[in-house]
Amino acid sequence: MPKQLIKGNDALVKGAVLAGCRAFYGYPITPANEIAEAAAYYIPLAGGTFLQAESEVAAINMVYGAASAGIRAMTASSGPGISLMSEGISYIAGAELPCVVVNVMRGGPGLGNIAPEQSDYFQAVKGGGHGNYRCLVLAPATAQEMCDLTRLAFDLADKYRNPVFILADGYTGQMMEPVDFLTVDAHAQVTPEWAVDGTAETRKNLITSLYIHPDELEAHVRKLEAKYKRASEVETRWENYRTEDADVVFLGYGVVARILKSVVEMLRGRGIRAGLLRPITLFPFPSGEIRRLAKQAALFYVVEMSTGQMVEDVRLAVEGARPVEFYSRVGGNVPSAEEIFEKVLKTMEARAANSVEEVLSHA
Amino acid sequence: MPVTAMREDRGFIEINAQECKGCGLCVEACVQKVLHLSPHLNHYGYHPAEYDGRGCNGCGVCFYACPEPGAIRVFKAVA
Amino acid sequence: MPEMKQTHGKAQCFYDTYERKGELTHQTHYCPGCGHGISMKLLAEAIDELGIRDRVILVSPVGCSVFLYYYFDVGNVQVAHGRAPAVATGLKRARPDSIVISYQGDGDLAAIGSSEILHAANRGELITCLFANNAIYGMTGGQMAPTTLLGRKTTTTPFGRDKIKDGYPLHVSEVLSSLEAPVFVERVALGSTKQILAAKRAIRKAVETQVKGLGFSLVEILSPCPTIWKQDPVEAQKFVRETMAEVYPVSNKCDRTATAEPHPAPAPAPDLDELPRILKLPAAAPAGTAPRALREDLDCRIKIAGFGGQGVLLLGQLLAEAGMDDGLEVSWLPSYGPEMRSGTSNCHVRLASKPVDSPLVTKSSVLIALNEPSLDKFLEEVEPGGLVLYNGDEIPEDARRQDVTMRALPFFEIADEVGTAKAGNIVVLGALLEALPLLPAEIVDRAMARVVKGEKWLEIDRKAMERGRQAMNAVVSAVVSAVVSAVVSKEAHCHA
Repeated sequence: MPKQLIKGNDALVKGAVLAGCRAFYGYPITPANEIAEAAAYYIPLAGGTFLQAESEVAAINMVYGAASAGIRAMTASSGPGISLMSEGISYIAGAELPCVVVNVMRGGPGLGNIAPEQSDYFQAVKGGGHGNYRCLVLAPATAQEMCDLTRLAFDLADKYRNPVFILADGYTGQMMEPVDFLTVDAHAQVTPEWAVDGTAETRKNLITSLYIHPDELEAHVRKLEAKYKRASEVETRWENYRTEDADVVFLGYGVVARILKSVVEMLRGRGIRAGLLRPITLFPFPSGEIRRLAKQAALFYVVEMSTGQMVEDVRLAVEGARPVEFYSRVGGNVPSAEEIFEKVLKTMEARAANSVEEVLSHA
Repeated sequence: MPVTAMREDRGFIEINAQECKGCGLCVEACVQKVLHLSPHLNHYGYHPAEYDGRGCNGCGVCFYACPEPGAIRVFKAVA
Repeated sequence: MPEMKQTHGKAQCFYDTYERKGELTHQTHYCPGCGHGISMKLLAEAIDELGIRDRVILVSPVGCSVFLYYYFDVGNVQVAHGRAPAVATGLKRARPDSIVISYQGDGDLAAIGSSEILHAANRGELITCLFANNAIYGMTGGQMAPTTLLGRKTTTTPFGRDKIKDGYPLHVSEVLSSLEAPVFVERVALGSTKQILAAKRAIRKAVETQVKGLGFSLVEILSPCPTIWKQDPVEAQKFVRETMAEVYPVSNKCDRTATAEPHPAPAPAPDLDELPRILKLPAAAPAGTAPRALREDLDCRIKIAGFGGQGVLLLGQLLAEAGMDDGLEVSWLPSYGPEMRSGTSNCHVRLASKPVDSPLVTKSSVLIALNEPSLDKFLEEVEPGGLVLYNGDEIPEDARRQDVTMRALPFFEIADEVGTAKAGNIVVLGALLEALPLLPAEIVDRAMARVVKGEKWLEIDRKAMERGRQAMNAVVSAVVSAVVSAVVSKEAHCHA
């Protein structure tokens, strides 16, 4: 099949349909509307349900219902809406239901604005809702990944019976790029054995996040904990870009990672051995790969469109072995490659009064 | 053991004393007034309802008054 | 002694013993005299009588009835406080053959879940809701509910519920029956044997409404809570019968079962091999063209800017579509966020031999400025040696650079000559490709045929394209060699 030039948001929906998603419940919010609009068109044609709910609170609970019945279900929103969904996501994690939640991030806090930010990293990666749970978090950077990671998200959601986030940004959603849909095989949904679908076979099943006795809840929470540990061992994904000999390793995800690739090229043009580690999964986080690179690199440089969220995980992974510098733009401003390039040069100069090369020679 | 129905009765009931919480709603509801709360405590510490042993007409009112799913079984004479 | 036969006993759809409860598995967890047990029994009888146990999905709320799944041998889903109608919506729509019954208390349904129940009812969801109204928060220990009667003392209305401060008791059944969608709404009570038997009939009818596919049904059940009310069970029953029913009239509020049409069955899902067609995935690969010398290290960064309605985005998309067909790596990024203010519109297009890193064009090799503000804003970021096409008769004097090739053409006036100024963006495309032969004409034409909707428009656009080429050719024929270096050279992007 030839490639199709398509917006990331549309690629995500087509990927979801090919992944077997047959239930989409959402509530309008910019900049995630196009996902709901495409879902409203395609999912009913594929034999599924699209419903515009009365709120994000209702939407995520409708997802809870569809997931309980064993249907691949999703929703899409942006920061303020995800905040409202956080209750339901906690229940979904607690009840061990699979679902996919897309956050096309916008500026916050509060109403913020509709421009791209990456300030919902904590919300997605560290919790958002109450209790001992984690969400798996995937961060696409291309339209192709909007499709492919959505398929992966549904598989991971089923595999771990857990909500999976697609943490996207407005650029990745709005951008058109060629997408090869052949990489996605259509998924034939089979009712999972734990589901409650209104048949004699599943009549004995129970979906709940309630464990009234402390020992039972502890056992349940330990089970979730073990699940997240297992996911951390086998599901971590990242992309290395020219890190094999890198003295300076950049870290960024989503559209920022794309910009950082340009920065890497610009620095290489100046004779500085730069590389990029792009986390594809934000939880689990590629801490092991960061630790490995910390043995070779002299400097880590994290760029985010937040005041510093992922950088905390990078610092935890580096464990003080190497300096971790940070640069950010927020409010909907997207850092340009040129701007980062200049900042990096200045940072490197500031770190050593003499020369960049001298800093690097300390590696 | 089921209470033996008297010849003139058109029904009788069985009360599962271990299921009963002694709320007394069946005693209140009984049209024939043939139920009472036992002076004895059941396994859980309630005074369970008891059938007097005679006078039941099998109307079933006590069954619907009772909040427990299976504490009362009602038997009625086949016409 | 006459032959005796059991006429009333535990419903089939209750478990024999309540193993999920863990302890005291022969009894419910309810307090003595609680109305929930009676409501459960009435529901269980309806399920048995209608023969639907295998199809039932029971949605348990948060509150004293949270543990319905201890008792009901049906599919069970326990949900968050107030959200039962939303979850029930997701369940029912996922499994239209199931019978989805939610059970909620007054805090759950009438306070925190008031939005969910209102909208589920208003959508006419094919679900059945049982609403136990005991006018108090039982599970949390006796706080005021939205249905608490005026003057009643609760732990959070220690001086009695005050209509000025706390508002009035909420009449849920009356509110919901004022909607158009609900098919069956009735308020019943558990205050006497007679009321209980009426409740049994209403609950059965409500479930039957769903079984017949007629629409949304709800039964509000005025229910005693002896423990929190601090009354004995008999007094509490009397309170339901005499005091609650005064405030909450016990009657049918809405019954459209005689006239409601069953909802149509959902259409069968298409086969998976239908999906490529449904998703409008491309059917056949376009034939590629042989790589040309220009493409070896092509890295063309194009910024197109103008005002909304000039076709900025489509122009960029056509370049990206044709580039993709020609085997290039491409990206297209529209103006987004704060840039969209003031009616301006721009897009970033990259056509490259290697995978596109940043889709943002912040240093352009080609700038297409369709108005003067766009030229002013973006001229600075054009790479030395780059190309600027400007929509106008001449380049404004204060916006001239010697290190880039700048050409002005009245694209939209030219388009007027082929019939409509709307084709001005295609005139630009023709002019650009004439100045800079990035893409073969037949590839561009094929992309245009795919993207442009309607034969009439395609004809106009083809003429516009040709006029654009001619106009540029008349202006300059030597542009190509001047700008080719800008789009092929890696040096152009190396800021050393």
